[in-house]
Amino acid sequence: MKPDVRTIPANWWLRRSPPWWLRRRPYFLFMLRELTSVFVAAYVVIFLVMIRRLNEGQAAYEAFLDSLKSPLAVLFHIVALAFALFHTITWFHLTPKAMAVRIGEERVKPALIIAPNYAAWAVLSAIVAWFLLKG
Amino acid sequence: MANSTSEGTMRLEVFRYSPEKGEEPRFQTYEVPFRKDWVVLDALNHIKDQSDGSLSFRWSCRMGVCGSCGVMVNGVPKLGCSAFLRDYYPNPIRVEPLANFPVLRDLVFQLDSFLEKLKSIQPWIVRRDGEKPVSEGEYLQTPAQHARFKDFSMCINCMLCYGACPVVGMEPHFLGPAAIALAQRYNLDSRDQGRDQRQETVASHDGIWQCTFIGECSAVCPKHVDPAGAIQQAKLASTVDWFKEVLWPFGGREKR
Amino acid sequence: MDSHEHDVLIIGGGGAGLRAAIELGESFPKLRVAVLSKVYPMRSHTVAAEGGAAAVIKSNDSLDKHAYDTISGSDWLGDQDVIEAFVQEAPTEMLRMEHWGCPWSREPDGHVAVRPFGGMTIERTWFAADKTGFHMLHTLYQTTLRFGNTKWYDEWFATKLLVEDGRCQGVAAMEMLTGQVHAILARSVILCTGGAGRIFPFTTNGAIKTGDGMGLAYRAGVPLKDMEFMQYHPTGLPGSGILITEASRGEGGILVNKDGYRYLQDYGLGPLDPWPRFRAMELGPRDKLSQAFVHEDEKGRTIPGPYGNVVHLDLRHLGEAKINKKLPFVRELSKNYAGIDPVYEPIPVRPVLHYCMGGIDTNIHAATTLPGLFAAGECACVSINGANRLGSNSLTELLVFGRRAARSAAEFATAHQGLATESLKKQANDEQQRIAAQFIRKQGGNERVAAIRQEMNTTMESGAGIYRKEESLRATCAALAKLKERFKNLRLDDRSVSFNTELISALELEFMLDVAQALAHSALERKESRGSHQRTDFAKRDDQNFLKHSLAFRTDGEPRIGYKDVVITRWPPGERVYGK
Repeated sequence: MKPDVRTIPANWWLRRSPPWWLRRRPYFLFMLRELTSVFVAAYVVIFLVMIRRLNEGQAAYEAFLDSLKSPLAVLFHIVALAFALFHTITWFHLTPKAMAVRIGEERVKPALIIAPNYAAWAVLSAIVAWFLLKG
Repeated sequence: MANSTSEGTMRLEVFRYSPEKGEEPRFQTYEVPFRKDWVVLDALNHIKDQSDGSLSFRWSCRMGVCGSCGVMVNGVPKLGCSAFLRDYYPNPIRVEPLANFPVLRDLVFQLDSFLEKLKSIQPWIVRRDGEKPVSEGEYLQTPAQHARFKDFSMCINCMLCYGACPVVGMEPHFLGPAAIALAQRYNLDSRDQGRDQRQETVASHDGIWQCTFIGECSAVCPKHVDPAGAIQQAKLASTVDWFKEVLWPFGGREKR
Repeated sequence: MDSHEHDVLIIGGGGAGLRAAIELGESFPKLRVAVLSKVYPMRSHTVAAEGGAAAVIKSNDSLDKHAYDTISGSDWLGDQDVIEAFVQEAPTEMLRMEHWGCPWSREPDGHVAVRPFGGMTIERTWFAADKTGFHMLHTLYQTTLRFGNTKWYDEWFATKLLVEDGRCQGVAAMEMLTGQVHAILARSVILCTGGAGRIFPFTTNGAIKTGDGMGLAYRAGVPLKDMEFMQYHPTGLPGSGILITEASRGEGGILVNKDGYRYLQDYGLGPLDPWPRFRAMELGPRDKLSQAFVHEDEKGRTIPGPYGNVVHLDLRHLGEAKINKKLPFVRELSKNYAGIDPVYEPIPVRPVLHYCMGGIDTNIHAATTLPGLFAAGECACVSINGANRLGSNSLTELLVFGRRAARSAAEFATAHQGLATESLKKQANDEQQRIAAQFIRKQGGNERVAAIRQEMNTTMESGAGIYRKEESLRATCAALAKLKERFKNLRLDDRSVSFNTELISALELEFMLDVAQALAHSALERKESRGSHQRTDFAKRDDQNFLKHSLAFRTDGEPRIGYKDVVITRWPPGERVYGK
């Protein structure tokens, strides 16, 4: 009574289904979250290009600013802004997971850890806006 | 189970596989009575008792504490004893063995890899200065100290978290949510002095750093252990350790 | 025939088995130890225990008080020498658990906390919220992982004890994955296989509680002691039988009938106030509470429900904070399986079968009458629980007797080195052939496992339930004999060998029928009422004739019932007084 015992490898389903991140909503949202890093990186590149154009003189810089007004560029910025916001908000809401703050036996409510993030964001944004708009 | 009047029927599509037969796995459809307080496990037992005794699955306590009956219900890891038919009725449900583990037979999966990972994190109280004699009584531990690791001690080893984690599916050596949560359970226990000993395994590439914080492990955990939290907290703690070592190489970091 | 050799083989990976494994690993590191279990150890039913484990550590308590509570709780059927040893070793065992990391609930100053429990004069039940068994089991399992030398046979099913030269020398066990029987040889064997609650239809017990070890010993000629004493836990959920811990009453919960009346005061457990009060009202012993339910039911004062009549366990006055802190699992179970939140509504409960006081006859050293065979935990009957067990004594019993069994087994193994390997392998081979012939390759037959099992359940509940009489017991004995005949006509749907769980359930049913028979016949012969064995035709306790343990011996026909005296040391039989 000794059969040849085979086990199906764990990836039998992988051969039969859509990619794992399309199978369920939480996985899809996770991939979107990870994708935000691409847009953040792309924006960094644009920022660096802008600094370089600035270094090349007035004409180069103004030509660069003009290119930013093209429909494609505007579309890119809208999409990038959306992803950046998604990135920020999802990470704010994950901070309570990484920090287990307790007062006595009770754990501090997640909202109390998330709120300071938003508050700091609002304050910093206000400071940056003031600098940009005061002139 | 008392007889209540039948409230309709429900269809189950259950994964079947028998290694002896050499066939490919398949799905078999069963019709079971629908009772509003039945769980998936009740349906499986009904099938086994009344119509098809060859359906193999694990179960024992049927109250969500032994961890035996983990399965995939419509692609989501669930305990068979806690997934109520009424949450799916009248639609059919698909029952499959827990994902990311080799399948031995029908809904029975091989969980030895988990036991190896559990053992590797040294899940016991480590005392560097030796255990005090029993005659000196208990180690004192305030309720606040207990609260630090309490949630992580609730793991029933059901492995639903492993079934939910795509990384476990792709990287077989990843320690995984439950093992790391249990490592944290001991690391944070005030009676334990073994965190340094565990770090080599826990803070390794196959440990916490393999985790990309998808967070589904905590979402499916039936006991609210929050393994994702355990892993991120461990990452934070390890990172802080690293900075301290770099900035104060000769500093007296309290060894635990 | 594949064979394996060990010094000590432990069958069963629950609290008792794991405690034994730790003792061997710590104190006898040179011995080759194996633990064989039909489930992975963390699935063992110890995991479902909720309320706590009793041991004397507080200054307002004493070993004599714990002993007296246990002895009177047992209706004087407990052996007092064993009980004295038990209460003495209990505190040390519990402190060891704490040192191994068990997360006991604490007082604000960091000391271990204790709570009141049924039948106890003072609070002495250590607890880990209301998941004590879970925490104990996981602490024990994780601690055993320290000992790299222990061999684990996970998901192996022991089908027969291998006995040669009048000694137990191992087991024939089936590897569930392959269906192949192996000869697992050992110089001593410890059975830690748990109770047999699944004989009854409504039980707190999980699927695996099928009395396998009791059956193994019984078939090898070891008597089953006091099998008629089966404990109904007063507060199980109707239908599922899921346990609602006694701790809910320890924390102050009350039981009321359909008129909102705390009916226990009518049954010698009053007066009502003050409440909570030790050994009174809802903190009375379990046998009396379950019996009170039956009387209330007969008077028509219980509340009808879809799964039979119930009473209400009311925790509302404890408040949400206390329930969340001390009884969180009770809240979760009530919400999930009874559809109510105990913070706002009372929980519907009724008595359900919970624990076997009886089991394999063992002595104070955990030794059975078969040399080389030891037993500990619910499968054994030493007896510390006698005719009725006090809640929170059994978790402690696992530790005390798990350790004792390990030490006795180690001593025996060291003194008996020889193994009759060839004859034992042949026995295992015969066992493999028997299983193949009786189940896998059987021709004909038309009985289903579930059908026989359900009829066994029905006859046990109707004839051998909380109240019994000659007529009902005789009917049950006859029904069981018929079921054993019908079992010969069993036909499995599953004729495969790899992970054939239908075969396993057939083997379990075979053990359950044996144990059920021992129970029913022991009950028939005990013509008195004591503890949880209540006869309507012999309503009084009869110390003259029955201050004795029943011993059920297996024969080819019906069990033969014998008796042996109870050991009395310092507490002569008296009245069980509760309420005052």
